[in-house]
Amino acid sequence: MDWTFWLEWVLKGFVLCLVLLTGFAYLTYYERRALARMQNRIGPNRAGPQGLLQPIADAVKLFFKEELTPARAYKIVFFLAPIVTVVPSLIIAAVIPWGTSFQLFGRTITLYVADINVGVLYLMSIASIAVYGIVLAGWSSNNKYAMLGGMRSSAQMISYELALGLSFVTAILLANSMRMIDIVNAQSSWWFVVIQPVGALIFWIATLAEVNRAPFDMPEAEQELTAGYHAEYSGMKFALFFMAEYQKMIVICAILATLFFGGYLGPFVDKFWFLGPVYMFAKVFILLFFMIWVRATWPRIRYDRLMSFGWKVLVPLALAVVFITATGILLAQELNNQLYFWAIPFVSIVAAGIAVMMIYRELRRKAYERA
Amino acid sequence: MLLEYIAIAVMIAVATLIAFIAIGLGELLGPKKKSEAKSMPYESGMNPYGEGTRRMPVRFYLVAVLFILFDIEVVFFLPWAIVFRQLGIFGLIEMIIFIVILLVGYVYAWKKGALEWE
Amino acid sequence: MTAEQIVFLIVALVTLGSAFMVVTTRNLIHAALWLVATLFGVAVVYALLNAGFLAVVQVVVYIGAIAILFIFAVMLTRKDARDSGPQTHKNWWVGALLAVASYLGLSALVLGWSGSSKAAAGLPSGFDAVGQLGEALTSPNAYVLPFEVASVLLLAALVGAVYVAFNRK
Repeated sequence: MDWTFWLEWVLKGFVLCLVLLTGFAYLTYYERRALARMQNRIGPNRAGPQGLLQPIADAVKLFFKEELTPARAYKIVFFLAPIVTVVPSLIIAAVIPWGTSFQLFGRTITLYVADINVGVLYLMSIASIAVYGIVLAGWSSNNKYAMLGGMRSSAQMISYELALGLSFVTAILLANSMRMIDIVNAQSSWWFVVIQPVGALIFWIATLAEVNRAPFDMPEAEQELTAGYHAEYSGMKFALFFMAEYQKMIVICAILATLFFGGYLGPFVDKFWFLGPVYMFAKVFILLFFMIWVRATWPRIRYDRLMSFGWKVLVPLALAVVFITATGILLAQELNNQLYFWAIPFVSIVAAGIAVMMIYRELRRKAYERA
Repeated sequence: MLLEYIAIAVMIAVATLIAFIAIGLGELLGPKKKSEAKSMPYESGMNPYGEGTRRMPVRFYLVAVLFILFDIEVVFFLPWAIVFRQLGIFGLIEMIIFIVILLVGYVYAWKKGALEWE
Repeated sequence: MTAEQIVFLIVALVTLGSAFMVVTTRNLIHAALWLVATLFGVAVVYALLNAGFLAVVQVVVYIGAIAILFIFAVMLTRKDARDSGPQTHKNWWVGALLAVASYLGLSALVLGWSGSSKAAAGLPSGFDAVGQLGEALTSPNAYVLPFEVASVLLLAALVGAVYVAFNRK
């Protein structure tokens, strides 16, 4: 083991963090512009051409804001909570492959930080650590609203983590591996979203709840809940929470692209290595647009309904989807008939349809009871 | 194999460093004008009363218990998902038995109202 | 000493130190956080032993679920989450005796085992640890029965928790 290894790791980690930080800054700009268009406004357009320098102006402003620590807060934990939130949002990207590899000074540089054989499980573990920042921020603020908001958000996150884990299982079933590279390569003929659209949809919904995005954005419910776990935070510490949320958005879209949308695969990617990151960027860009679109379209969901939906609809549906996928693959293999394999998407969509119908009937019943 | 974990450890160090630098710069550059009103707990402008941290409803605890059980189930799923092609139908039936036993508890919790938040 | 041994020693010291903090600190939430540090140290030890799956599962289940449960449990108990009163029971010496005895017994067992002085053989390249684990868990001539019994255990825990929480009204 020589020093070039260390240099490569440090550089890769640093570049990846830098990419995510820049991505965060410009995602805020992208979101504001896209939302503005959908609401028939223009959005930020003053700082620089087309407002392109707006994120930099925002960052500089945040550096010059006062850092307040409430007198009654638990100081050390209050200081650590934003760090505990932002670090997982950066390191979760370590196992995502952004492309194949290229030669530099006679070394093969791979376009990922780590390629561990339990890559998907690594994603799950980092996602579960992310709960800490929120519950600790709520507790250490020593403020009723922050505490309640922190508990609400963390309960929401752990509830949707189950559906998230089960949708990971569907991708693993299809790829027969937990290594991210293998999952990407298994999609060279068909993207997994074609075979298991419901799995991808469950992943999408669960991650929206996981990063507290609309329509599950309880921490931003300022009018009714006095924000949430970050009510007492200001200045750079608040910015770190904000940063973590947006970086998680980017990372989640990258994971979704990797698990269900073919990752860095695309035409000619095996000839030119630089096409891998380009395809990845394009896919993430499009998926992020859908996240913003959801925010512009759907109103916030009530907390009791949010929890009921997670536990009573998503978990059973995700379980059903896992077993439908496994049964389809096994039947196709044992009976040597590909027809069973292609029944997976249709049966899954029927299962999702039944779930939607049951929600509809339940809501009708409740409305009838109230009337 | 171990090398990959060292790479992750290096990344954790880099990420932590970035977070500390960000907060440090904020502390350094920002104004520091303390006042009593500023460091009070924020309660929408009202004078705060009572303790900041108070007892939480038992539902949160129940959600955490339910979460542990299903989390362990998901973890059991993962190694099975890698080898289920070799195990064939037998492995699938085994997994279904495993889940059905857990689902009994899930239905019990549902009927008892542990999943209601109204 | 190899680099690996040095890393192991540092991790072991940090793990033991945070375990000590778990039992001595007064603030219950801080104790839970030190417990998280301890569990994380154990995960690093697993990673050092080339058991990547176990290391990550340790983080998912123990840090991501069980320690969160502890924190939620602390939050639903008392309003201050601070422990007052003596930190030792009057029978503390029995516990100390038992701890020393089990430590000595374990060391005797490990030292008596011939494999303890040898370096572990490296894993063959292309060894699929997770696949082997999956087969051991679910194949009929390995651990399928304990695997199924585990779900009964989980069921019992679930029913117990729901019963305790809802039948006291």
